[in-house]
Amino acid sequence: MYAQMVKSEAANDDPALLAAFQARIDAGERIEPKDWMPDAYRKTLIRQIGQHAHSEIVGQLPEGNWITRAPTLERKAILLAKVQDEAGHGLYLYCAAETLGVTRDDLTEQLLSGRMKYSSIFNYPTLTWADIGAVGWLVDGAAIMNQVPLQRTSFGPYARAMVRICKEESFHQRQGYDLITKMAQGTAEQKAMAQDALNRFWYPSLMMFGPSDKDSVHSTQSMAWKIKINTNDELRQKFVDQTVPQAKYLGLTVPDENLKWNDDKDGWDFSEPDWNEFYDVLKGNGPCNTDRLSARQKAWSDGAWFRDGLMAHAKKAEARRVAAKVAAE
Amino acid sequence: MPSLPDVMTPDAAQLAQAAGGEGRAPLETGSPEHDLFTGLTRLGDTTLILGHRVSEWCGLAPVLEEDIALANMALDLIGQTQLWLGLAGEVEGRGRDADALAFRRDGWEFHNLLLVERPNGDFGRTLMRQFLFDAYHLPLLKALEGSTNPRIAEIAAKAGKEVAYHVERSADLVIRLGDGTDESHARMQSSLDALWGYTGEAFIGDAVDARLGEAGVMPAPESLRSDWDRTVNAVLAEATLERPASDFAHKGGKQGRHSEHLGHLLTSMQWLQRSYPDATW
Repeated sequence: MYAQMVKSEAANDDPALLAAFQARIDAGERIEPKDWMPDAYRKTLIRQIGQHAHSEIVGQLPEGNWITRAPTLERKAILLAKVQDEAGHGLYLYCAAETLGVTRDDLTEQLLSGRMKYSSIFNYPTLTWADIGAVGWLVDGAAIMNQVPLQRTSFGPYARAMVRICKEESFHQRQGYDLITKMAQGTAEQKAMAQDALNRFWYPSLMMFGPSDKDSVHSTQSMAWKIKINTNDELRQKFVDQTVPQAKYLGLTVPDENLKWNDDKDGWDFSEPDWNEFYDVLKGNGPCNTDRLSARQKAWSDGAWFRDGLMAHAKKAEARRVAAKVAAE
Repeated sequence: MPSLPDVMTPDAAQLAQAAGGEGRAPLETGSPEHDLFTGLTRLGDTTLILGHRVSEWCGLAPVLEEDIALANMALDLIGQTQLWLGLAGEVEGRGRDADALAFRRDGWEFHNLLLVERPNGDFGRTLMRQFLFDAYHLPLLKALEGSTNPRIAEIAAKAGKEVAYHVERSADLVIRLGDGTDESHARMQSSLDALWGYTGEAFIGDAVDARLGEAGVMPAPESLRSDWDRTVNAVLAEATLERPASDFAHKGGKQGRHSEHLGHLLTSMQWLQRSYPDATW
């Protein structure tokens, strides 16, 4: 999964320092946590990595919705492994964010209070088993499109986290495609579920790349800093070009009557998603925003006693260790 | 990170199919094959139902590390299920593979321990259930490693490595939470009290157990009690939790007589397979 609509900060630092910093980035050097960096670079990255981490965490929910109903033991195991990977991605993304001077608890608090976002795609429901295939094929596919270039992003810990994440995500995408292939080649009902899943996830997947370049207000600075490598429209085009033949192979129809091969650009022409819907979901009015956030809030507040218990035990154990040391001396 | 190759049972489905015999008569009660089939479903149903329960936590654990640990444990348990039920289907020889056994039997044909079908409750209840089970599961697998049936011994050796980690984790957390805050202590004690009556069943043998024990295929359940007592007593003492005095044990799961909870779990777990019986997934 990934971050969307990350607001970048304007830099107000010493112009000489800024120029030297930019020169390092232009030379392809990696910025490491202890290096000097503009405050705005730090803040933008915290927002982007934090949002990415939150997306991994919230992204467990629509998949967890089907773990208990997975139709075979092998499918259940595959889905469990995938969700485990995603929680793992969340963990090392939070660790990458922590190198920038923010704590995981701070970020969690910002997610739960609604001050930080997660990818809007998770505000759509998974209604049939085919949706689990569509999430792997389309949602992870779109995420990979965004994340592969981020392996070259300028901030070292983020770039390195992305290397591992990309490997696992591409595995997930293949598993998702395998699942939906089985559905598309199955009974009439299974095929109908596969088509319905594509119908519902196609446009939300296109939205994952963010608004059109002409409306994307945060891109310029992020691209100069190599926090963002490609524009939204470039990646969206690449995703469509990759996905349309995959849908055809499955015998499924992309729900876009304007979809047409364009020789001149050597790519597909396609309809824009409904950006009003995109902004509605972003504002909290998607089909699942309330459910997703309240599920996370409940998990966190129900778990407070557990976290407190572990902290209390750690303090007691430390006190006993100190007392034993004193007694021994 | 994904331990997928480990959990696959590439041969189970083919073996069951190769065994053919879809028209074959059911195994005769009391025959060695029927005993073996029953013993294997007791193992596989128990790991299946517990794996399912644990997976219900997906995305809802109190901390991220626990989300990862729970998914990992559920994955181990489902992987073990594939092996135990795959072998059970092979022994039965009627063309049922692990999936057919997991998704197409009704509650009375399930032989899991009652303990593992207890609802998750709060995280403390889930952890305590896990610990009480893990402390039994590990010595069980160690004993099964010495089975006269080499297939059972192989599966037990593989599963034992995973379960050694499970018990280490669950024991550690029970200790920390028992000896944590007043609230965490109270929650762990009430979980222990609520689950205690469901622990004894694992150590009560029936005629099937006795015959499997005599043949050296599976250990007599009674023989696992002392190891379990030792682990449980040590962990509860360190956790400052009080071992309940009662030795009453709810029974029936191993013979297919379950609590009301199992039916609801199966309703959800088996729904797709039951609703679309002609589909492959």
